[in-house]
Amino acid sequence: MFDTIIIGAGVVGANIAAEMARYNLKIGLLEKNLDVCEETSKANSGIVHSGYDALPGTLKAKYNVLGSNMMESLCKRLQVPYRRNGSLIIAHKDQGTEKLEELRKQGVANGVEKLRIIGQDEIFTLEPNLNPDVTYALYAPTGGIVDPFQLTIGPAEIACQNGVKFFFDAAVTGITREQGVFVIQSKKGVFRTKTIINAAGVFSDDINNWLSNDKKTIKPRKGEYCLFDKEVGNLVSSTIFQLPTAAGKGVLVTPTAEGNLLVGPNSLEKYDKEDTMTSAEGLDYVLNTASKSVANVPTRFIITGFAGIRASEIGGDFVLGEAKDVPGFFNALGIESPGLSAAPAIAVDMAKWVAEYLHAELKKVYIDKREELVRFEQLSNEERQKLFLKNPDYGRVICRCELVTLAEIKNAIHRPLGATTVDGIKRRTRAGSGRCQGGFCSPKVLDILARELGKDPREIEKFSEKSTFLVGFDKDML
Amino acid sequence: MINKDLVVIGGGPAGLAAAISAHENGIKDILIIEREEHLGGILNQCIHNGFGLHTFKEELTGPEYAMRYVEKVIEEKIPYVLETMVIDLDEDKKITAINEKEGVMEIKAKAVILAMGCRERPRGALNIPGYRPSGIYSAGTAQKFVNIDGFLPGRNIVILGSGDIGLIMARRLTLEGANVKMVLEIMPYSGGLKRNIVQCLNDYNIPLRLSHTVTKIYGKDRVEGVTVSAVDEHMKPIPGTEEYVECDTLLLSVGLIPENELSRKAGVYINPRTQGPIVSNTLETSIPGVFACGNVLHVHDLVDYVSMEAEAAGKHAAVYLNSHEEAKPDVTVEAGNGVRYTVPSYIDTKILDKILTVRFRVSGVYENQYISVYFDAKRLYHKQKRILTPGEMEQVLLPNAWFAQSPGLKTIRICVEGE
Repeated sequence: MFDTIIIGAGVVGANIAAEMARYNLKIGLLEKNLDVCEETSKANSGIVHSGYDALPGTLKAKYNVLGSNMMESLCKRLQVPYRRNGSLIIAHKDQGTEKLEELRKQGVANGVEKLRIIGQDEIFTLEPNLNPDVTYALYAPTGGIVDPFQLTIGPAEIACQNGVKFFFDAAVTGITREQGVFVIQSKKGVFRTKTIINAAGVFSDDINNWLSNDKKTIKPRKGEYCLFDKEVGNLVSSTIFQLPTAAGKGVLVTPTAEGNLLVGPNSLEKYDKEDTMTSAEGLDYVLNTASKSVANVPTRFIITGFAGIRASEIGGDFVLGEAKDVPGFFNALGIESPGLSAAPAIAVDMAKWVAEYLHAELKKVYIDKREELVRFEQLSNEERQKLFLKNPDYGRVICRCELVTLAEIKNAIHRPLGATTVDGIKRRTRAGSGRCQGGFCSPKVLDILARELGKDPREIEKFSEKSTFLVGFDKDML
Repeated sequence: MINKDLVVIGGGPAGLAAAISAHENGIKDILIIEREEHLGGILNQCIHNGFGLHTFKEELTGPEYAMRYVEKVIEEKIPYVLETMVIDLDEDKKITAINEKEGVMEIKAKAVILAMGCRERPRGALNIPGYRPSGIYSAGTAQKFVNIDGFLPGRNIVILGSGDIGLIMARRLTLEGANVKMVLEIMPYSGGLKRNIVQCLNDYNIPLRLSHTVTKIYGKDRVEGVTVSAVDEHMKPIPGTEEYVECDTLLLSVGLIPENELSRKAGVYINPRTQGPIVSNTLETSIPGVFACGNVLHVHDLVDYVSMEAEAAGKHAAVYLNSHEEAKPDVTVEAGNGVRYTVPSYIDTKILDKILTVRFRVSGVYENQYISVYFDAKRLYHKQKRILTPGEMEQVLLPNAWFAQSPGLKTIRICVEGE
C-alpha cells in the first residue's frame, strides 16, 4: 500500500515527486514511457515566462510568477541550465502600443516586476537582428530560458534518491476507489494507494474522469518547432514574442538555455493526444511567422524539427488540488503554458496539500542536491585535465558536436534514474543533439548502452520498446 | 606545451597523404592527430571496390586504399596519435587536443594541415515532416552499422538522395539481405557518379526516381512508411502525386558538409559555396601556415583526387616551413557561368607549380557544352564535354607557360559555355 501514487513523470510529476519526498511517506510514480520527460515536457519552448500573459486572478498567473521567482535558485541547486535572458513582446507600426500597454498592466497586476515599453532605439540596441518593422516592444527583463529536460530529470533524480519508487512502462488503464483505498490498474500490475496525484498531462482528463464526477476535458493543441545550429544561437539574446492571440502566445524566436536558436510554435487543435507529427505547412507557417520578428530566419541552419502537445483544459486554467467529490484524489491537470515555469511552484503547494491530507511529517534527512553533473564542454582546460586525472574516460570524446565524453555517458547510465535509451542519453548529456544529429555518435552511444547495461545491441531502443535501431545481423535473412 | 613543425588534423586519406608528402619534402617533426581508433578515416567503412584507379591504376577497396598510405606512414615512422580529438585551434596555430592517455594537451605548430573531412547532412536540414521514430539514418551511419559492426539497421528500405554513399548503400544493403525499394532524388539528375548508378542500382533492379522526394515520415516508434511525392522544377512537391511506400528504414544521402568547426574557431575564411576554407594555389587558407585539403576543403567525388590534393598541401606546407614565406596571391580565380566554385580561389604566381590543377563543380547538367578558361579576356582553354553534372568533380590543368605568357594577369575565369 502506497501513501501516494503520482501519475506521470513529466516536469509537473517530477517536481511534485521531489517535493513529496520531503515527507515521511511511501511514494510511487507511474510513467507509461521508459524514461521521465518523454511527452510534453520534452517538446516545448523552454521558456520561463515572466508572467504578464495570464489573466490576473487565475492559477496560471499565480503559479507562473511564483515559479519564475523560484527558478534561479532551484536551477542552481539542481544543476539545470537556466538564464534570465529577458523577453520582448514586439509590435509592428500598425499595431501601436495599446495592446502592449494592456499586457504591461496585466503583468503589473500579476506581480511581474520591471516591465516597461520601449521604442526602436532601445529595441535595436538590445536586438539588432529584429525585423526593421518592429516599432515598439514590452520589455520583461525577468523572462528566462531553461533546459526543460534537466528541469524534469533533476527533480526526478532528487525524488529517486529520497526514496520515491519509479515504475516505467506502467501505463494506467483504470482506477477504482474501494473502501477509501485507490486501486490502480496498470501495465506493471495493481497498485493500492491512499492518495493519487494526477500529473498525467494530456491524459489527465481520463484519470480525473475515472474517479470524479466533476468531468474535465483536455483539448490537445499541437505546437511545431524548428531548432537551429548553435552557430546562429546568438541571432537574438532575449526571447522575442509577437502579440498574443486567442490561440496562445504565438510564434517566438529565442535562444535556448543550451545555446541553440529555437523558432515556434504554431497552435493546432488536435483530436489525437499523441499526434506529435510535424507537417510541412506547420513548419512553413512557423518560419514565415518568425520572419515578422527577425529580419532573416537562417533556415539553412535548421538541425531538426519537432512537435509537442499542449494539455489545454477547456476551462482555460490549471486545475489544481483535491477533487471535491473524491477525497485523496489530487489534480495537477490542464498544465499547459506557462506550465514549465509554474511546475516548481505547483509542486510545493501540491506536496503541502497532500501531506496535510495524510497528516504526514517532514523527514529528518532529505538530500536536496543531485549527484554532480559534469558538462565537459563548458569547462576550462584546467578543469578538464583535473577530471581526466581522476577518470580517463573524460579523455574519450564520443559526441564531437557537443563535446560529450565517455565519462559523461557512463555517468548518465549509472546515476539515479539512469538513462536506458539513446534518447535518454541525449537529454541527459546532449550527445546527439548537435549539428550532425547523432550521425557520428549514435552507433557509439548504442554500443556504450549495450555494454554498460549488459544488453545485446539489437535490444537498444531510441525511446520505446518498438523503437530499436538494429533489426538483425548482416545476411541473417539470406 | 608540445612544439611541432607540422600538425596534420585528421588521419583519413587527406591527412595521411599530406603527412607523407610533407615528410618526403623534408619535414620530419610531424604529428597526425586522428579521432578514431584506426588511421584511414571513413575509407575503413567503404568496403566496396573502385578506389585507386587513378592513383594506383588498380581497383582497391577503401580499407586497401587506406592501407597503402598507413603502411607508408608506419614505414617512414611518421608520428601519429589515435583516439585523440582536437577540440580547439587558434590563429597562432595552437592546438588543444584530448585523449584517454594524456588528457588535455596543447601543441604549438609552425604549420597546420586541416584534413578533418566532412559530415552528412541530417534530416533536420531538409525539414522532412513527420514523427521522430527510429529507423532514420544517414547513409554513412548505416554503413558503419553494416560494414563495421555487422548489424542490419532495417529490412525494407527507402533511400532519399542519390549521392554516392546512398547508391553504394543501396547495393550493400541488398547484398546483406535487405529489400531496397527505391532511391529518390529531388533533383532531375543524380548527385552520384554514373558508374555507381549502373553498378549499384541498375545491376540490382533498384529504381531511381528522379525529381521525387519524401514528404512525410510515418511511424511513432519505428519508421512504418513514407510519403513519396514528385516535385516540380522548383523542387516543390506536386499535389496529387503522393504515394505511400511501406518501409521500416529511411536512409538519407542528402549531401555532405565539410567539418570546419575548428577552422572557424581559428578564424579561417570560409567559402559559403563549398563550406570549406578559401585557399590559394598552395592550398593555404587565410591564416598563413594553415593549409587545407580533402573533403574539409570541398567535397570530392573520388578519393584519388583527395590524395593528389593532399600531396600538394603537404608539399606546400613543407615549402612554407622551409622558407617561411607566405603566399601573396595576385590572381583571382573566378567561378564563371555554370561553375559553382573553384579550388583554389586565389593564385600567387610567384609560387607556381609546373602545372596548376583547378578543381571545380558545375551547377547544373550540361550536354555537349564547353569548359573554357579565360586568362583575363583571353581564352586559353576550350574543350567540349559530352556531359557535365554536379555529381562529378571537374578539373582543368593550367601549365606554368600560360602564366608566363600573361604578364599583369588579374583574373582567371572558368566557365561553361557553348561553342
